[in-house]
Amino acid sequence: MRLVIDGEDREATPQPGQCLRTLLRDMGRFGVKRGCDAGDCGACSVLLDGVPVHSCLMPAFRAEGRVVTTVAGLGNPAALHPTQKAFLDAQGYQCGFCTAGMIVTVSALDQGQLASLPEAMKGNLCRCTGYRAISDAVAGVTNVMTEHAVATVTGRDLGAPSGVAVVTGTARYTLDVAVPGLTHLKLLRSPHAHARLVAIDTTAALAVPGVLCVLTHEDSPQHHFSTARHQDWRDDPDDSVVLDTVMRFVGQRVAAVVAETVAAAEAGCAQLHVTYEVLPAVLTPQSALTPGAPAVHDGPPEVMRERRIRDAAHNLVAELAGGVGDLAAGLAAADVVHSAEYHSQRVQHAAMETNAAIAFVDADGILVMRTSTQVPYLVQTALADLLKRPRETIRVLCEQVGGGFGGKQEMLIEDILALATLRVGRPVQLELTRAEQFAATTCRHPMTVSVRLGARRDGTLTALELDVLSDTGAYGNHAIGVLFHGCGESVAIYRCPNKRVTGRVVYTNTPPSGAFRGYGLSQTIFAIESAMDELAVKLGIDPFDLRHRNRIKPGDQMVSFGGSPEDVEYGSYGLDQCLDLVRDRLSACTEQAESTDWSVGSGMAMAMIDTIPPRGHFATSRIQIAADGHYELTVGTADFGSGSSTVHLQIAAEALGSLPSRIRLAQSDTALGGYDSGAFGSTGTVVAGLATQRAAEALAALIRKRAASMHGREEGSSVLHADHVEIASQEVSLGEFAGLAAEGASDGSRRSIAFNVQGFRVAVHHPTGRIRILKSVHAADAGRVINPMQCRGQVEGGVAQALGAALFEELRIDASGAVSNAAFRSYHIPTMADLPPTDVLFADTYDLIGPAGAKSMSESPFNPVAAALANAVADATDVRFRRTPLAADIVWRALSQHAAAG
Amino acid sequence: MDLNTVEAVLRPRMRSELPPSASGDSFLAGGTWLFSEPQPALRRLVDLSALRWESLRRTETALHVAATCTFAELEAFEAPVDWIAAELITSCCHALLGSFKIRGVATVGGNLCLGLAAGPMVALATALDGTCVIWSTDGGDRLLDAVEFVAGPGQTALRPGELLREILLPAAAFRRRTAFRQGSLTTYGRSAALLIGSRDGVGFTLTITAATPHPVRIVFDGFPESAELEARIDVEVPAWYDDIHGAPDWRRNLTHLLAQEIRLELSAP
Repeated sequence: MRLVIDGEDREATPQPGQCLRTLLRDMGRFGVKRGCDAGDCGACSVLLDGVPVHSCLMPAFRAEGRVVTTVAGLGNPAALHPTQKAFLDAQGYQCGFCTAGMIVTVSALDQGQLASLPEAMKGNLCRCTGYRAISDAVAGVTNVMTEHAVATVTGRDLGAPSGVAVVTGTARYTLDVAVPGLTHLKLLRSPHAHARLVAIDTTAALAVPGVLCVLTHEDSPQHHFSTARHQDWRDDPDDSVVLDTVMRFVGQRVAAVVAETVAAAEAGCAQLHVTYEVLPAVLTPQSALTPGAPAVHDGPPEVMRERRIRDAAHNLVAELAGGVGDLAAGLAAADVVHSAEYHSQRVQHAAMETNAAIAFVDADGILVMRTSTQVPYLVQTALADLLKRPRETIRVLCEQVGGGFGGKQEMLIEDILALATLRVGRPVQLELTRAEQFAATTCRHPMTVSVRLGARRDGTLTALELDVLSDTGAYGNHAIGVLFHGCGESVAIYRCPNKRVTGRVVYTNTPPSGAFRGYGLSQTIFAIESAMDELAVKLGIDPFDLRHRNRIKPGDQMVSFGGSPEDVEYGSYGLDQCLDLVRDRLSACTEQAESTDWSVGSGMAMAMIDTIPPRGHFATSRIQIAADGHYELTVGTADFGSGSSTVHLQIAAEALGSLPSRIRLAQSDTALGGYDSGAFGSTGTVVAGLATQRAAEALAALIRKRAASMHGREEGSSVLHADHVEIASQEVSLGEFAGLAAEGASDGSRRSIAFNVQGFRVAVHHPTGRIRILKSVHAADAGRVINPMQCRGQVEGGVAQALGAALFEELRIDASGAVSNAAFRSYHIPTMADLPPTDVLFADTYDLIGPAGAKSMSESPFNPVAAALANAVADATDVRFRRTPLAADIVWRALSQHAAAG
Repeated sequence: MDLNTVEAVLRPRMRSELPPSASGDSFLAGGTWLFSEPQPALRRLVDLSALRWESLRRTETALHVAATCTFAELEAFEAPVDWIAAELITSCCHALLGSFKIRGVATVGGNLCLGLAAGPMVALATALDGTCVIWSTDGGDRLLDAVEFVAGPGQTALRPGELLREILLPAAAFRRRTAFRQGSLTTYGRSAALLIGSRDGVGFTLTITAATPHPVRIVFDGFPESAELEARIDVEVPAWYDDIHGAPDWRRNLTHLLAQEIRLELSAP
């Protein structure tokens, strides 16, 4: 058939059941993204004869004779479409994966739709921004400062270097490359929560035309590892193999089929005949701990302990116990004691780009893995261990990454792709479907958290007890780290002489939990901050006052289950400011109930986070001067929407007296050098940025030295400018210094603390249970904010994601152990209509440890949100919700029961 | 998404070219649902677009809505001034979970044939006393009251090979006063209860969808008092729907709440 694509007359031969999205991508129109493949997210939006459609739902053959316009057809870097320009000026994106679809859709809105934007945009999902920046783009707001308008670069709202590429659809995400000879891999997944694989017959699958090979457990190294990726591999239990003979959750990989096409690979999977011996399963952590419960990971105790599983026979991955003082004495000294149990549910990251990768062996015999990851270097190490290959023979890289939120601090697909490409000798691609992403990747650890607090009448805490039961699902990736981290800063933020902290993390036959924004803190902080609010009510003390009375202050030891970690310091302290900023803003909001059907109330919660994960986090940066006088900066860290790329350019530019536009950035590619532990724990700025600062400062010193020696002057006599050096009243072009290079490194060992305080004023509708947020205010202690626009975006995005989890998101597990809502239409994430604006306020602090005074601020805004919301609802209604989400049906039922009880 | 098991697309141009029913076949209208979920059993698509049915046709007595009429086309219908109930069209179209981009492609017939509890076209057709015209496999037509069309979640009255041709909405129904209410767990989310009340000279009719596994139509001889309305709902609703989009007890509560709002709105004689 013939059709016009972005102005070009093209010939195409669609497959009968093919959707237009695939046809367009096959023809190289990579601006058309695959986010959900089901018409829910809008990332694939294109114009068909000028009308926006979800191209994933449009049968390709229906494009015959029609005009298709993708984001790349709207405009190009040299001639931006007004909507593209608007998104660029507002920086209406973070990871940018949804942006092409957003722009295409917005470009076609009429006046009426613009007037009711949230409804018009309900088919366009963004997981990063919380939509404020997108609304700004539609409204024509310019948030980005132009470079020449700024005197200094740090503290300014400079735009992301990838901006033009993102808004024109030319930024290359993982699969946005045409690879000759590409083959495709599909996975057969377990239908059982717990089963032993008895036999697998591959004959029929291998007979399917186009199928190249089938990989089963017989092809899998019996090397045990963890999908979790940490700097120190011993942080996680080695409980996974590439293809196992025991299925431990519905959705676990059973076998893989590699074929010429996705269709053939799917057909091959359908022809795999597997015999299982179904085993009894445990679906909840409580049942997993019951004596006699089936063991999810069975094996000789000494082997299991060697794999760092505490007590596999009893499904216990790890436990902790510790504290300070004498809890019983503290409780005895209390005038008021509060004790309750709180629950945080299973939620998912829902990054718009699913896990996806392309693997191949290049001409030099290097195994190349182009993947959507937060941790390219750690995946390289893991593949080297798995394949018993030298690290140097493996290259892992990512370009643009479509969101992560912790979900890509794992090796979930690269292992099987490596085996596949080594077997078939051709490039192999795997793109997880949205359903696979929901059902078979990772989620937040569900937790049951018991809190007991004792306080004197004046509010002084005398006792703080925390007991955590965490559900890691079928595998222990991040099980231990999340448990320990969750029990750390949430408790340490309070000054209290008597603390006791206990925790256990257990296996169940459910999809594995993993790293998730907040890394355990969102669950424990929901419990502790809710409990503090309940205590405040019992004491009749204002919740802000109660926090002020008990918050740690500079000089106090930070104590939780252990002693104070040696390398965490008060590099700066803005908690007091954050509390006051939120209190002032909330108290100015006096909106009252509009009728007796509504109750209005306010609530708050606070959170602390170490600015860097513990146990070492390494980064290196290299910067050099190119022949054309530009700087070339190479960093290892990946930017998956956090905006760290911009920050690196700003930090380097400041150190060199230059401008971000004079610096070319190369990143997240193990072939470039620049080792980095990865972009997790909000380290893109504080660890990698510090390495960049050191590299840039070292290079600046080298330039000055060279300039001085060239002119026989003192070293301090030169001044660096954007593109030249001024010395002895002469201007020497930077090109004269070509070849000068310097490296910087940081080891993440001195760590500071950052704070977040969230406040809400809410109205609760008794007849329906609906919660309306009248005011959302968030204060962040981010140190010196290097790019306020981006940092605000991180806070807004964190609050937005946390509101989804607090209000309605829940990954549900049915009686068979399967995820029952593996699609955006059943796992609802916030749309533009679901979110209130959030006032973002920054404490005025300067960190003595972080680069240029900055602290981390990516994951932590998530942490206080759920408790602040539940506290506001309790203030409004006198009904306490100790379990998230606070969905309307649940809220209504509790309010009704409360009313009936009088 | 790609439906990779599909091997062929048939594009009949007239009824006589429709293939005999075969397993692995599916009619294709807008495709917005069909292409949104894996369909591993599908081998052949029978594309209805080449039949070129006129989307909307108004006569003195009825509005004929072709099964292939899109939401957007229906929404753009310009009703005569005395068809005051036509405002339901916009309300029901906007109640679709999918965006306006879906409404540009999704069809009225497709929405009915999904048999979803929350299908807004099911509500519209029921509330406007619609009649479904079904092409039988023997070449004849059969007519079915729209309230009978959806039997339960994913279940319709269509027999194998039958095809929904059009929905007749009688002009008289458009001349009644109506009130529309919809509730959802989230703003613009999937309907958890979608109710339409209509009032003519003598009686009052309440259509309940989304909160129930299939549409429920309750006909009152006169205009009911609050208590009567409440009692009849509890008697006539066989079960409250239970899925991820709302708990059954809450849906029941929401239904009563919205029903009373509708009663109030239409209470003036």
